[in-house]
Amino acid sequence: MAATASMMQSFGPNLSAQNDLVPDWTRTEVSTGTTIMAVEYDGGVVIGADSRTTTGAYIANRVTDKLTPIHDRIFCCRSGSAADTQAIADVVAYQLGFHSIELDEPPLVETAAHLFKASCYRYREELTAGILVAGWDRRRGGQVYCVPIGGMLVRQPVSVGGSGSTYIYGFMDSNYKPSMSKEQCLELTATALTLAMERDGSSGGVVRLASISEDGVERRVILGNQLPKISTH
Amino acid sequence: HCRMGQEERTSGGGLSTTILAIEFDGGVVLGSDSRVSAGASVVNRVMNKLSQLHDKIYCALSGSAADAQTIAEVVNYQLDVHSMEIGEDPQVRSAATLVRNISYKYKEELSAHLIVAGWDRRKGGQVYATLNGLLTRQPFAVGGSGSSYVYGFVDAEYRKGMSKEECQKFVVSTLSLAMNRDGSSGGVAYLVTIDEHCTEEKVILGNDLPTFYDQPPKYP
Repeated sequence: MAATASMMQSFGPNLSAQNDLVPDWTRTEVSTGTTIMAVEYDGGVVIGADSRTTTGAYIANRVTDKLTPIHDRIFCCRSGSAADTQAIADVVAYQLGFHSIELDEPPLVETAAHLFKASCYRYREELTAGILVAGWDRRRGGQVYCVPIGGMLVRQPVSVGGSGSTYIYGFMDSNYKPSMSKEQCLELTATALTLAMERDGSSGGVVRLASISEDGVERRVILGNQLPKISTH
Repeated sequence: HCRMGQEERTSGGGLSTTILAIEFDGGVVLGSDSRVSAGASVVNRVMNKLSQLHDKIYCALSGSAADAQTIAEVVNYQLDVHSMEIGEDPQVRSAATLVRNISYKYKEELSAHLIVAGWDRRKGGQVYATLNGLLTRQPFAVGGSGSSYVYGFVDAEYRKGMSKEECQKFVVSTLSLAMNRDGSSGGVAYLVTIDEHCTEEKVILGNDLPTFYDQPPKYP
């Protein structure tokens, strides 16, 4: 039995490679090849993401929620491997919840960002995770922290991430101005995500937005037919 | 693995770059950066990548510097012969077709993408993309490694029916944004404006390029 089993194993991968009984995407890792964005404004942050999760060329989930709550006023935007980012977010949410109970006050966004950095840097060889941490706290107001693949940590007023982000660096650089209002940030994020979704095959679906401030979290969804119109069409 | 990343294959004299061309009513505007890199080294920081194919037809070079320059030289020669044969100025589409024929025939050996743009009497200003051996006319075209960063910007900012001055401003802003984000693009911006009456070449130095929110203000 053992001999037969080991023979079967060596034939297995060759069989699937040679015939189409098993499609390619069953063997590809699930990834949130994606576009995510976070913008600070005076009094809070606006975050946004597309909603496509792919395994190879198959869209495993076309209505994914990549904006994950870590605490009441702290969210993270996930890009990279879906499994890795979900696992890290779970760990950080636990650590932050514990820390907040010890402190007996709401945690700082900077603390959440450092917890993400600690996990992403320590396990950098095993992980593929690009994360934007954004939220509001009483000490510094709205903040956005970028933890890209590799585990660096940097605070930026506006940041984009994911495979679709390359296409919107130019748009972001030219259209972001310091001291924008919440409505302007929401419009900027929705337009930027729409532009990226048009150009990046791994991004698409709907646009999910959230704004976080002292008053709480407001979430909204912009469906495909309601997205801003692009002039090149 | 990425088509715009042709520069990854070139270790010596790669024109990883940002190029673009846009059509307006009555002509075209072409723009490019000026950096030629070999690995991490910049071997030429003031290279003009807008190459003349005929009086009113230019092309913008990207990818392998050697391949792109050679294609441009060969097509320049072929266009001269062709225009003598027909006894008048060649059409922009003819120039683009000559470039496309070389790019397609030698697509395995070559690693260059040329955007062909110009003005002719029959169809006015035209822009043609010849990536990987296809031929397509577009209102505007971007290319090179830096172009990935500005797809969103050009999609959002392009409007039909822009004037010549608006097109020039569009090209300069796009180049500036791409040069800020792409390590393989930089230096100065070269601009060529072609219309019925004249062909104007311009250089915009680094400190005269537009700046954006995260850059310190320009010195007077």
